[in-house]
Amino acid sequence: MAQISSNLLYIAFVLYLVATFFFAGAIKDKRGQTEKKQNKWAIIGISITVIGFIAQIGYFITRWIASGHAPVSNLFEFTTFFGMMLVGAFIVIYMIYKTPALGVFTLPVAVLVIAYASMFPRDISPLIPALQSDWLHIHVTTAAAGEAILAISFAAGLIYLLKSVDQSKRSKSTFWLEATMFTLVTTLGFVLVATTFSMMDYKADFIYMDKNNIEAKASYTLPPLIGPHEGKLQTPDKMEPLAEVPAMINAKKMNTVVWSIVAGIVLYGIIRLILRKRIAAKLQPLVKNINLDLVDEIGYRAVMIGFPIFTLGALIFAMIWAQIAWTRFWGWDPKEVWALITFLFYAAFLHLRLSRGWHGEKSAWLAMIGFIIIMFNLIAVNLIIAGLHSYA
Amino acid sequence: MAEVKCECGHVNPHGTVLCEACGRLLDETQADNKLVEMRYEGSARRSQTYNKTIVDKIWNFFSSVKVGVWLIVITLVASAVGTILPQEMYIPPNVPPEQHYEQEYGWFGKLYYQLGFHNLYSSWWYLILIALIGTSILIASIDRFFPLYRSLKKQKVSRHESFLKRQRVFGITKGENIETDFEEIKKNLRNQRYNVREENGNILAEKGRFSRWGPYVNHIGLIVFLIGAMLRFVPGMYVDELVWLREGETKEMPGTKGEYYLSSEKFILEVYDKEKDDKDFTAAIDKTGMIAKNYQSDVTLYERVGKVIPGEKPELKKIKEDQIKVNQPLKHDRYAAYQVDYKLDELNKMKLNLTNKKSGEQFGMVTVDLYNPKPKYELKKGYSVELMSYFPDFEFAENGEPSTKSRIPNNPAFIFKMFTPDKPKGEVSFVAIKQTLEPLGDNDYKMTFAGIETKNVSALTIRKDLTLWIIFLGGVIFMIGVVQGAYWNHRRIWLQKKDGEIMLAGHTNKNWHGLKRDINRVIENTIIDEPADQLQEKKSANKGEDN
Repeated sequence: MAQISSNLLYIAFVLYLVATFFFAGAIKDKRGQTEKKQNKWAIIGISITVIGFIAQIGYFITRWIASGHAPVSNLFEFTTFFGMMLVGAFIVIYMIYKTPALGVFTLPVAVLVIAYASMFPRDISPLIPALQSDWLHIHVTTAAAGEAILAISFAAGLIYLLKSVDQSKRSKSTFWLEATMFTLVTTLGFVLVATTFSMMDYKADFIYMDKNNIEAKASYTLPPLIGPHEGKLQTPDKMEPLAEVPAMINAKKMNTVVWSIVAGIVLYGIIRLILRKRIAAKLQPLVKNINLDLVDEIGYRAVMIGFPIFTLGALIFAMIWAQIAWTRFWGWDPKEVWALITFLFYAAFLHLRLSRGWHGEKSAWLAMIGFIIIMFNLIAVNLIIAGLHSYA
Repeated sequence: MAEVKCECGHVNPHGTVLCEACGRLLDETQADNKLVEMRYEGSARRSQTYNKTIVDKIWNFFSSVKVGVWLIVITLVASAVGTILPQEMYIPPNVPPEQHYEQEYGWFGKLYYQLGFHNLYSSWWYLILIALIGTSILIASIDRFFPLYRSLKKQKVSRHESFLKRQRVFGITKGENIETDFEEIKKNLRNQRYNVREENGNILAEKGRFSRWGPYVNHIGLIVFLIGAMLRFVPGMYVDELVWLREGETKEMPGTKGEYYLSSEKFILEVYDKEKDDKDFTAAIDKTGMIAKNYQSDVTLYERVGKVIPGEKPELKKIKEDQIKVNQPLKHDRYAAYQVDYKLDELNKMKLNLTNKKSGEQFGMVTVDLYNPKPKYELKKGYSVELMSYFPDFEFAENGEPSTKSRIPNNPAFIFKMFTPDKPKGEVSFVAIKQTLEPLGDNDYKMTFAGIETKNVSALTIRKDLTLWIIFLGGVIFMIGVVQGAYWNHRRIWLQKKDGEIMLAGHTNKNWHGLKRDINRVIENTIIDEPADQLQEKKSANKGEDN
């Protein structure tokens, strides 16, 4: 069952990738642009997406059967589920607005999210006592669904900015838009590097002195550019670290970050050399037929739909469960605080939009920031800030 | 202040921009605008009308959305700062915080501590921020709700031409004898579940007006929530206590004023087993080593009978037996007991033999209850042991004297006086784990270690929170309000005939796409032309791509 499950996820992954190209074809195809009909490419694209989505639901169900609990209990499972919800949200919004461009930008993000998820340990793990509750399913699924719908507004915002930002001259806008592109490329870089070395079965063990000056072991799965404090390499024939960090810093995580950035820079450099202009500039023709007001509205509606679901799942259900499992509904755990921050951010977003008329470009930039906050809470809080939610 | 009488005869409150009844512009300064500002229906809001006294100024400050958003953003940033380093409640309790932060995080940790960020969420300034947000929510809502309610209530079907022309969605169609078309339109509107009103042959179709109240409902929810959060500080509303309960021990439930007692039968720790549990878990168990399956305390709850008499053992009545697990607290009479921590194999009793050093002969065993040691233990006839001093958590103090670090028997040590027939005055022996000292000269007898008894200890949090239902109610009201405001839209369509022309105007508070779709369905098979989006037209570079 576990094997079927991971195969289904793999199938979904590939299908999302294929569907992206069909959607890209759909917006290049001139036919069906002016009439309000979808063209053939778009129909194929959405069909493949739906099949991929069904495959991923298959992954979800089979893994649930295999483990006996909803597969949302660690970072791999949760992040994958977030990717699935992202595709689900896209399908729903596509059915309303029939905009292939949204597919061109949402699906790659979903693919990237799922690829990123697979970098975490994928073993089926039993539930620790704190997680043994039906609220696990209720809280995590609603929270992820809310975040995924909010993430659609990121895709819409990105499309908006790709079209509206003037690429003919350098400006703050071109810089930040390109920075967004670079971040996406860096994520891809991390996935590529991690996959390559995991296929090579790379492993280098260190013994080092931790911050309490006690000997500790660290096992690297990426070549050590950054070595641990007073680290001694234990595995023969592996490279020595280029640099060493003080004991206070987690060298292994630092090493991963450095690798990701290096890979991102290299990858981005290559892309720039090939394209000979900004990625955003290259993508601009792809979205030239987009109706800006429509994309703006999609982004806004995504927030409108996603915000209540997020509040319900990530705050209200979370509080109910926290009262049962942790004795108090609110304890200022970092994950809780970041859920509150997300809530406050989108509350500010809605107020700015509704009362101060922040439409269009401003609203699109806000959607980008919102996505950064969501991704930070999804991943960084677990990895960097340890807290009660560190289940990975 | 003077009220404003509109040409149509309706009397509006001072400060009204658009006549509540007919929509005529009352504020001449806005006459040049191509579109009217419809956000609050051009109603007279206090904050937009008065700005003289100090009360006006405070009111205007808090009713401003700009101020509200700033408060939200400041709170957001402050909250984020609090997650950079762990808050005080999450650091190990055995190190003083001022040391902990500097030790772990260097100068940054020290600064963090000195700025008070280790207790950020209960700092006075954070609480003030929350209070300011609460005030802003309240005042901003009052400022907007009542005028808006009045406006929507007073609106008439027939609107002034200038009002219709300045709507974002507007169109004029030339045509005579359009009675049949109007009938068709009315039918279509009703099919779209619009509430259709007619007056002098003009039509106002409206749906989803209640979604306009969504923001105010959710703001009420937030206020209720914040009130609930404040009530925690009212005495008697909230209990948060921790009790360590050993197996076999009966203790008062702290925070219940001696009303309830708990005793622990046993504490159980279970881990996942590769052999017995699901085979799919094997890889994960191998990697982690051990994965906990269950933490459980089997307890009995007692209620005290009669009054508390100091110094006397309370009389207890058994109420129920329960198994407290994580996610399954024991609940009784608004109190709840949660499984939060445990300690396995804590030293409980220590057994020692009185032994003759030379012959090795033993004269009886002493069992010292490490929590409740007896002053004297009688053994065989003529033999007894007196416990002169007891150090549950032994260490040598700085002056070289033995002392104890705590009352928990982590490292018990004893000073015994051994009485035997040949040493009737007694011999003094200092006994600690793995060491014996004879401070008053060589002894003939010694206490030899003969074994220990251990017990598991459960840590239970005792909680009472009478504010929960208010907080929950606040949450429910908030959700209702948010859904009401977000998932429904207030749409209005006006149709008016004048001089052989039909004017069609539409307004929605959001989702213009949906409104246009509605209008297109309504005017299907009629002579009415599709109205234009005047906002899009204004800046339109993308004509013809309208969806």
